[in-house]
Amino acid sequence: MGVILDSLHQVGVVSRLTFREAQRRKMMWLGLILGGVFVALYAVGFYFAYRDFQRTLSSGYGAWPAELFANALMTAGLYVISFLVIVVTVLTSVGTISAEIDSGTIHTIAAKPIRRWEIVVGKWLGHALMMTVFTILMAAGVMLSTRIISGYGTSTAVSTVAVLVLESVVVLSLTMLGSSLMSTLANGVVVFMVYGLAFVGGWVEQFGAMLESKVATQIGIISSLLMPSEALWRYASALVQEGGGRSTIMQAFGPFVVVSRPTDAFIVYSVLYTLVLLFFTVRVFNKRDF
Amino acid sequence: MTAAGYAIETFELRKIFNGTKVAVEGLTLQVKRGEVFGFLGPNGAGKTTSIKMILGLVQPTSGGGQLLGMPIGDPQARKRVGFLPEHFRFHEWMRADEFLDLHGQLYGISRADRRARIPKLIERVGLTESSTKRLKTFSKGMLQRIGLAMAMLPRPEVVFLDEPTSGLDPFGRRLVRDVIREACDEGTTVFLNSHLLSEVEVTCDRVAFIRHGRVIKAGTMDDLSGGLVRVEMRLDPVSDELIEGLSRWGGNITRMNKRIISMTLTDEESLPEVNTWLVGQGVRVYALSPQHLTLEELFVNIMQDQPESAVGEVQ
Repeated sequence: MGVILDSLHQVGVVSRLTFREAQRRKMMWLGLILGGVFVALYAVGFYFAYRDFQRTLSSGYGAWPAELFANALMTAGLYVISFLVIVVTVLTSVGTISAEIDSGTIHTIAAKPIRRWEIVVGKWLGHALMMTVFTILMAAGVMLSTRIISGYGTSTAVSTVAVLVLESVVVLSLTMLGSSLMSTLANGVVVFMVYGLAFVGGWVEQFGAMLESKVATQIGIISSLLMPSEALWRYASALVQEGGGRSTIMQAFGPFVVVSRPTDAFIVYSVLYTLVLLFFTVRVFNKRDF
Repeated sequence: MTAAGYAIETFELRKIFNGTKVAVEGLTLQVKRGEVFGFLGPNGAGKTTSIKMILGLVQPTSGGGQLLGMPIGDPQARKRVGFLPEHFRFHEWMRADEFLDLHGQLYGISRADRRARIPKLIERVGLTESSTKRLKTFSKGMLQRIGLAMAMLPRPEVVFLDEPTSGLDPFGRRLVRDVIREACDEGTTVFLNSHLLSEVEVTCDRVAFIRHGRVIKAGTMDDLSGGLVRVEMRLDPVSDELIEGLSRWGGNITRMNKRIISMTLTDEESLPEVNTWLVGQGVRVYALSPQHLTLEELFVNIMQDQPESAVGEVQ
């Protein structure tokens, strides 16, 4: 019992340190400002677009329900948020282990009565909590401004945000594993490359599903298994559309449109993916000499 | 003495980096509780790697050891262990007081205890006025002071200081020396890793010379000098015959000037005999002053005796 409490304490200390470091180093503020600017731009853009759309409707030309129009724009807004969340996740955590080893600050931390895994889990938790707050703020910004302006809301808001948080956590776990293996710079390059791969793979899968090409679909599935971020976005996007009442119009082509939707098992896979990566990060970190 | 009586004990601790580079060949040493132990050796002798293995920062390739009666690498063993790493690299975005508070938390020191102890430590190292400043604004000397405060935070039973005085001004060096002495008075074992021999000479009870990660010699200053003593003699007159006659009691005879000779006696006990002989020779003896060998002389002597072949790349 005492051992567990000790571990919780140490994990807590490291996660608070991680949170505070991101805050002090202004990375988080930069992300928040960028996100804030985007949400504001989105709200302004949505306001004018929605007004114009309603005019078209009242003039009798419009064929879409206003609800669908709002849903499409909100999905687009969330797509940008999803991208921003991934970028901020990578930028804040890319050097969380490697930079600490390079600078030698790890010497004072790891020479304390702390286990190596407590350091890894503490850091992971600190970043994960920070990104959860960030994701909720950003997604809420888009959803609330949509609701205030158009009165439209999706019934799946909470689960959508949860999937976006999972997307961030998946990226975080991969970035941390990289950070325990590589230099900060190399890790940044590799993580963005893997993300790019998943992105392209996701597209290939969409095409594959539309053209009913098995090979293309499989390429997409494999890339999603390697890096679930893009597929999670598609899952979140499908949730938003479900919440808004899906329609054929949404089958139009675009990054926030889902042809091939991941199954619920993919959520379970993503959680396992996170845990396995975290486990490997601990293993690698356990063997490192400082 | 039983094993539990040692603060630090290692047996054939060995580290090979990347499969080829031998950093520490096989370190076997014992440090008693409460002593100030000097760990000496030329650059690249494996001093820092040895400390890091004892502290669990580097995994030994083979061998083992105990820290405060617990296996090295066990985090519990480090609960009452202070460590000031070389180069003092800390989280520079922190304020000095925050920095100590963080490390206090990592040591598991209660909030009340931290509140009471941290301002005192900051005062002890002379940083009260800078306690709310960011570490990145600190000079090297100030960083070393705050690092010392960190090392003393857990009321350590053992404190490791890795080159604590390199590149510091005399004030900084004196502070380190005073802190070591105070720690020692409180019963703390001090493990001092240094190549500044004059520092070690004035602070350490016992020293170990290491080279290529092996202890070549360990003991008190007296043990290490092996009874050799340097004597400065003021005599009149000094002749070549006299110098030849003196050589039966030792060697290294140097004529410093017209009247002063310096020589190394193999045994301090022979000094009265030398005196009687000199007087018998009709020489007027003004002074015979024995001086122990400096650590620097010992260091050079010991290191020179070691064949280079002890160096190793594993094939």
